Amino acid sequence: MTFLEWFRADRLPHIYCTGCGNGTVINCTLSAVDELGWDPDRCVFISGIGCSSRAPGYIITDSLHTTHGRALAFATGVKMADPTLHVVVFTGDGDLAAIGGNHFIHACRRNIDLTVVCMNNQIYGMTGGQGSPTTPVGGISTTTPYGSAEPAFDLCALAVAAGANYVTRWTTYHVKELTKAVHAGLTHPGLSFIEVFVQCPTNYGRRNRFKQVSDQIEFLKTHSMIRQKAERIRGEGGQVKDGTIEIGEFVKRSRPAMGVVK
Amino acid sequence: MAVKLPKAGGTFIQMEDEIAGIAAVIGASWTGMRAMTATSGPGFSLMMENIGFAIMTETPCVIVNIQRGGPSTGQPTMAAQGDMLQCRFGSHGDYSIIALSPASVQEMYDLTAKAFDLADRFRVPVFLMADEIIGHMRERIEIPDAVPHGERRAADRGVLPFAAGPDDIPGFTTFGKGYRVHVTGLTHDERGYPATTSPKIHEDLVMRLVRKVEDRRHEIADYEVVNPDAEVIFVTYGAPARSVSQVLHDDADPRIGHLRLRLVWPFPDSAIRSFPDAKVFLVPELNLGQIAREIERHTTVEVRSLPKIGGDLHTPRELAEASGRCIAP
Repeated sequence: MTFLEWFRADRLPHIYCTGCGNGTVINCTLSAVDELGWDPDRCVFISGIGCSSRAPGYIITDSLHTTHGRALAFATGVKMADPTLHVVVFTGDGDLAAIGGNHFIHACRRNIDLTVVCMNNQIYGMTGGQGSPTTPVGGISTTTPYGSAEPAFDLCALAVAAGANYVTRWTTYHVKELTKAVHAGLTHPGLSFIEVFVQCPTNYGRRNRFKQVSDQIEFLKTHSMIRQKAERIRGEGGQVKDGTIEIGEFVKRSRPAMGVVK
Repeated sequence: MAVKLPKAGGTFIQMEDEIAGIAAVIGASWTGMRAMTATSGPGFSLMMENIGFAIMTETPCVIVNIQRGGPSTGQPTMAAQGDMLQCRFGSHGDYSIIALSPASVQEMYDLTAKAFDLADRFRVPVFLMADEIIGHMRERIEIPDAVPHGERRAADRGVLPFAAGPDDIPGFTTFGKGYRVHVTGLTHDERGYPATTSPKIHEDLVMRLVRKVEDRRHEIADYEVVNPDAEVIFVTYGAPARSVSQVLHDDADPRIGHLRLRLVWPFPDSAIRSFPDAKVFLVPELNLGQIAREIERHTTVEVRSLPKIGGDLHTPRELAEASGRCIAP
């Protein structure tokens, strides 16, 4: 197979806007799944609500498009009932970090053997561009028209603290690194959390001075920094600029995990 | 459950909240397993959105609600039957479900098994609507060596996953078996694909979800009739049935009858017609008349609600007096 064969051709056209970053994340994820040679009949893609969560509907495996924020709870039920299934969860920043925050920390704590791919576009893209828990300070959204005053959630730090076995962050600019990260997450026992900063030209970019889609991808390229480098700078007494997206691997460990086939 | 399930080859998991509990049940059900959860009052309210998801996606599951006094936190561990309409109408949108109501520990056992059979057959959430009295009761029961049970009908290969035959119930497409089914809470076509802007697809889907249960309400009706020639008839479900049984035991007056519902939803309106000489239906409930109102919809005979809230059960004396007032001297 190639990753293209993992798509449902009869679902086209898809709902994503021109320039949306979600397609990149789906492609990287399916490339990694395809590299592993997994049987599509033994894979289940699960999601909640939002743009990210429409992804499973375009994939030819069994898939469960659930309620807002609850994908991880549904996935826990699937995985505990049949641990031999490969279960991948697509989610977004609003789905995972706001309404689904409780399920997120508990799935990490249980360290259940799921791969969670979070498309973080820093906005509620589907419902009209409301601010989300990851909208950066100063970010313009329909509910933060004067700039968000709330600090944004660091989802990777949260996942590490809550106990996930594998935690990593990339952006849609880092296609190769992202594909490798998903590959690593799919094969690492326990909960693997892969956060991806994605551009949302329709509801984030155009309100935040990104005239072109490419401007936002350029921003993701120039404003991200490998976290080891960021730590080195801090270790040497230097400062990492506010708003820097720290990318790379945050943790890879072997805490006891649930739902792993022995 | 935590003690017994692992020993029986099952899986028990304590989720972080009731929303997650019902979500995990639905997820587990899609792997072909039988799955259930149990709760009371506030937890039941929390489950409502995902219950709607189970209805829309036609996921078999069993939900036990040991009812206590509400609204809100209300009266933990005091008896009530205040969620009888919530289990029928509590999630948004139009739909139909099945609800059973045990009146003894034996029925708690029997109806749980029955609930799974009905859930598998109809692909619908089935509620076991007990109350605190039955939930905390200890009685001697008989447990058979084997409980006969039905099977979830598997979907035929090549048939669209949400295409139903004449019985309005599609075959089940278990995850991991090569069906490659997409399951969504969005309005979907027979392929399972979202189709949210077509009035016809939505109407066809919702009408089928309702029809598959409502059209078989006479067939699945489960009730007990005492003194069908009576003029004054108690209609009960759950714990109040026990007080009525005591009334009839103490005074075997043939003018007093008893209709005891073991299945409350879909409402078995044919059961009301079991009493051709009925002059009045008396409905003792541990709520302000939730099912009495439903009975009124199905009969021209007078329906008198005997509500009781706060946690105490109707005493046999109270009920005997109520029926005595209805009988001509």
